[in-house]
Amino acid sequence: MSEPRASTGTASTPAVAAGDDLVRVENLVKHFPVRTGGLIRRTVGQVQAVDDVSLSIPRGKTLGLVGETGSGKSTFARCVAGLIPVTSGKVIFDGRDITNLSRGAMRPVRREIQMIFQDPYSSLNPRRRVGAIIGDPFAIHNTATGAERKRQVQELMERVGLNPEHYNRFPAEFSGGQRQRIGVARALALKPKLIICDEPVSALDVSIQAQVLNLLADLQRDYGLSYLFIAHDLEVVRHVSDSVAVMYLGRIGESGPKDPVYNSPRHPYTAALLSAAPAADPETAAARQRIILTGDVPSPIDPPSGCRFHPRCPKAEAVCSQQEPPLEAKAGDVATHLAACHFPVQAGENLAAAGRSELT
Amino acid sequence: MSVTGLEFAGQETAASEGALDAGAAKVEGRSQWQLTWRRLRQDKVAMAALVVIGIMILLALLAPAFASLTHHPPNVAFPNTGEDAAGNPVGPGTAGFWLGTDGTGRDLFVRILYGARISLFVGFVTTAIGAVAGVAVGLMAGYFGGVVDTVLARFTDAVLAFPYVVLALALAVVLGPSLTVIMGVIAFFSWAAIARIVRGQTLSIKEKEYIEAARSLGAGPFRIMIFDILPNLLAPVLVLATLYIPTAVVFEATLSYLGLGIQPPVASWGNIMSDAQNFYQTSWWYVVFPALALLITTLAFNLLGDGIRDAMDPRTERVFAAGRGRRKRRGKRQVLADGQSEVSHVAPYVPPAEGS
Amino acid sequence: MAILGFLIRRILTGIVVVWLVATGAFFLFFARPVDTVAHQLAGHAATPQVINLVIRNLGLDQPIMVQYWHFLDGLLHGNLGYSYFNQEPVDTMLKQDLPPTASLVFGGVVLWLVAGLTVGIISATRARSLFDRFSNVAVLIGLSMPVFVIGELLILVVFVPLNQHGFTWIQTGYSGPSNGLGVWTGHMILPWITLAAVQAAVYTRLSRGQLLDTLGEDYIRTARAKGLSERRVIFRHGVRAALTPVVSQLGVDVGQLLGGVVVVEAVFGLGGLGQVSVQAIDTDNLPVIIGFVIIAAAFVVVANIIVDLVYALLDPRVRIA
Repeated sequence: MSEPRASTGTASTPAVAAGDDLVRVENLVKHFPVRTGGLIRRTVGQVQAVDDVSLSIPRGKTLGLVGETGSGKSTFARCVAGLIPVTSGKVIFDGRDITNLSRGAMRPVRREIQMIFQDPYSSLNPRRRVGAIIGDPFAIHNTATGAERKRQVQELMERVGLNPEHYNRFPAEFSGGQRQRIGVARALALKPKLIICDEPVSALDVSIQAQVLNLLADLQRDYGLSYLFIAHDLEVVRHVSDSVAVMYLGRIGESGPKDPVYNSPRHPYTAALLSAAPAADPETAAARQRIILTGDVPSPIDPPSGCRFHPRCPKAEAVCSQQEPPLEAKAGDVATHLAACHFPVQAGENLAAAGRSELT
Repeated sequence: MSVTGLEFAGQETAASEGALDAGAAKVEGRSQWQLTWRRLRQDKVAMAALVVIGIMILLALLAPAFASLTHHPPNVAFPNTGEDAAGNPVGPGTAGFWLGTDGTGRDLFVRILYGARISLFVGFVTTAIGAVAGVAVGLMAGYFGGVVDTVLARFTDAVLAFPYVVLALALAVVLGPSLTVIMGVIAFFSWAAIARIVRGQTLSIKEKEYIEAARSLGAGPFRIMIFDILPNLLAPVLVLATLYIPTAVVFEATLSYLGLGIQPPVASWGNIMSDAQNFYQTSWWYVVFPALALLITTLAFNLLGDGIRDAMDPRTERVFAAGRGRRKRRGKRQVLADGQSEVSHVAPYVPPAEGS
Repeated sequence: MAILGFLIRRILTGIVVVWLVATGAFFLFFARPVDTVAHQLAGHAATPQVINLVIRNLGLDQPIMVQYWHFLDGLLHGNLGYSYFNQEPVDTMLKQDLPPTASLVFGGVVLWLVAGLTVGIISATRARSLFDRFSNVAVLIGLSMPVFVIGELLILVVFVPLNQHGFTWIQTGYSGPSNGLGVWTGHMILPWITLAAVQAAVYTRLSRGQLLDTLGEDYIRTARAKGLSERRVIFRHGVRAALTPVVSQLGVDVGQLLGGVVVVEAVFGLGGLGQVSVQAIDTDNLPVIIGFVIIAAAFVVVANIIVDLVYALLDPRVRIA
């Protein structure tokens, strides 16, 4: 049972049998051109949303992808799902290269990759009945019609915890949590192999979050699903993932199996994020010192040189602004725990005390 | 509003969800149309307009009946009873002419009724054609974007800006004035107005997440346009169509008035009023009654259209929504239980990410 | 300077448009069987000899492209053809008919803009007042009425009674400003109102809506907070922003304006370009109609350029485009 792994473009790709990984993303780059308005539309810059990211997800496992707004995680997800064209790099799904396939060629693949969206209010068409929404995949791929379709839809509704008699209701008549369940049912319809969850619980109340997460866990167990789980809440990610990757400004800062990353983060950004997460135990919470990052998140159009995190990093030195650190395992770590940092956080180090060093 | 109509953000537990479901099972989901109709029913002005339109249609359909009732066929002149000594029309109520006669002694009332047939026919048919064509063009321009959009949008703008008189003139010369020419001209312009609005709506709907969801399921562009975007368009298109009908009616009347459309002796409100010009010194009824007919018809459709628009979206200002398109009033966003607007909803509760 | 480039580009596009329209009209009318065309041109009662004369004189038996070439050539020299019916060159005729149309357009447009914007602005600033409600009703009625109905009703209700009681200032028919401004206005006042009425209603509603929206914006609140007088707030900040959609709507409405002109001229017997062209239908007077079509196209193009210029002046963002 291998753990999901990440790598840089320059390092060799992990030596793992293709059969183990359901998804392998190699050196994915996605840039959005910035054009001036007006009559002549020149490209004056690029939004470097995703810059050379490599990840993999084994079958039946969950990869959690964490990052702030603007880190590129949603863009990454859509690249993997084939919803937006990739600037360069490869997406390999179940042994097949599905990068930038035409819509026709992509169609059979879409049965196997599904998405769940963040906003339960806007991810369902308010003018359509729930039965029609969940039945959409059957209609699109011609797998079931009429009474058979209805039966399968109602089965799905039951599986996700909805009352099948509400088949003819409109989304507006459901609560947020129920709407997410509808989204899950829709994603489940064609028995996919991979479900990409783009912040599926961020818009939900905490008590409902737990229900939806448990539902997702049950489904994974029952159907052997793989998840790419995107979130900005570390605790949620910890709960659901087998392995974690932390993104910052389009690049992977740190990745690896869940426990090593959470217990001994190597990248200062990861450490800062973890320190900000609420702790249940009041004593732990009191003892923990928050690492406060200064400055704003820079724009992805003009990212900082070298390590992209260096302007906000409490440990940054001169070399950090000159050389991009490679994503590799640090001394004393498991081979699959990778971090991109020149000065990784050591055990027992207190970053809160390090303060902010001004960089020229 | 029933209990199920309210949004519960942040107050659910598994138990309450079950209780909700139990109570909700008794109430079936109401579609947008049912709710709109309910609201419309309470709008007295719109209902009155609807009744007036209904009466109009009825009268138009019964025109032949009235012709035989009064023994005055629409195109038959009655110089003896229908004209006074000087050869001028007689007034309303004389000699069995309910609304008087026209320049050649024909029954004005009957002619007005026959004119209604033409006006209503032209109004409905050209609007229907325009709506279908306009939706198709607007959808494609809005959804596909790029070159398709540029070409279609420019073409739509060119059509909208085109002086209709010029086209009508040209066609009338080449083909001879007739009902077909009129309908062609009106239909030519009707789709453009609708296409422009549909395109705008499509552009904004296209960005919604559920469209992205449909694409991620593998839906092709036409499926998305028909099943996902179109249902969200039907409401504004209905309003536009209802509001376009009076425009079409006025169009026809104007063209007939100028002599470019329906030719006498066939009765059209336009050509009746055209002839009435010669008699306004002596016979006010000849001018006033067709004018009233036109006015009532267009007013009724305008009021009905406004009413439908308000019934669909209660936030717009009563009777006169701001501007040509609907604009959302600041500070008045409410939760709409039937989910009519995708914009207004209570902001979801997001737990804070930091503790201290 | 960017405006100059903008202007040049628009003029060039405009020329292309007029050329396209002329071409379209030409082919529409002349690309029919020779006999049909000749018959139409020569008039209903023409004998075969006359028809042959017409065919030879106008070169109707020549290949269509040759005819087209002659047509374009004539256009560039300002020659719009010859009207057999009137025994006059078309451009002479049209020049004679220009003054009434020009008077009408000028007065009508001014009236509708002034009335529409004023009422709209006042309505917006006194939203829901009696004035506002009253103007809303008036707008609704105005929007529902065809132009010719308004015209005829005005004649019936204003002109006829006044004349019958001896007030002859208001007259139908046309009388130029050279005959005295008072007389001119007397003849034109009803046509102006008729032309302006429907459009004023449209613009009242439009400007009212725009202004209401703009006045709800935050930067207006800021301006008030800064202590600017209400008048300054409305005019300096509010109206300017609210004006731009109105201006762009103007460009589209030129087509409506032309229609209105034709109708008003017909109702009041002003005898301008529009009325003459419509009458030309009855006599199948092709050259006059072609002339009108081309002039109409030119007018629309020029009007749109002017509108775009004004828009660029109002909205600095547009200038560079």
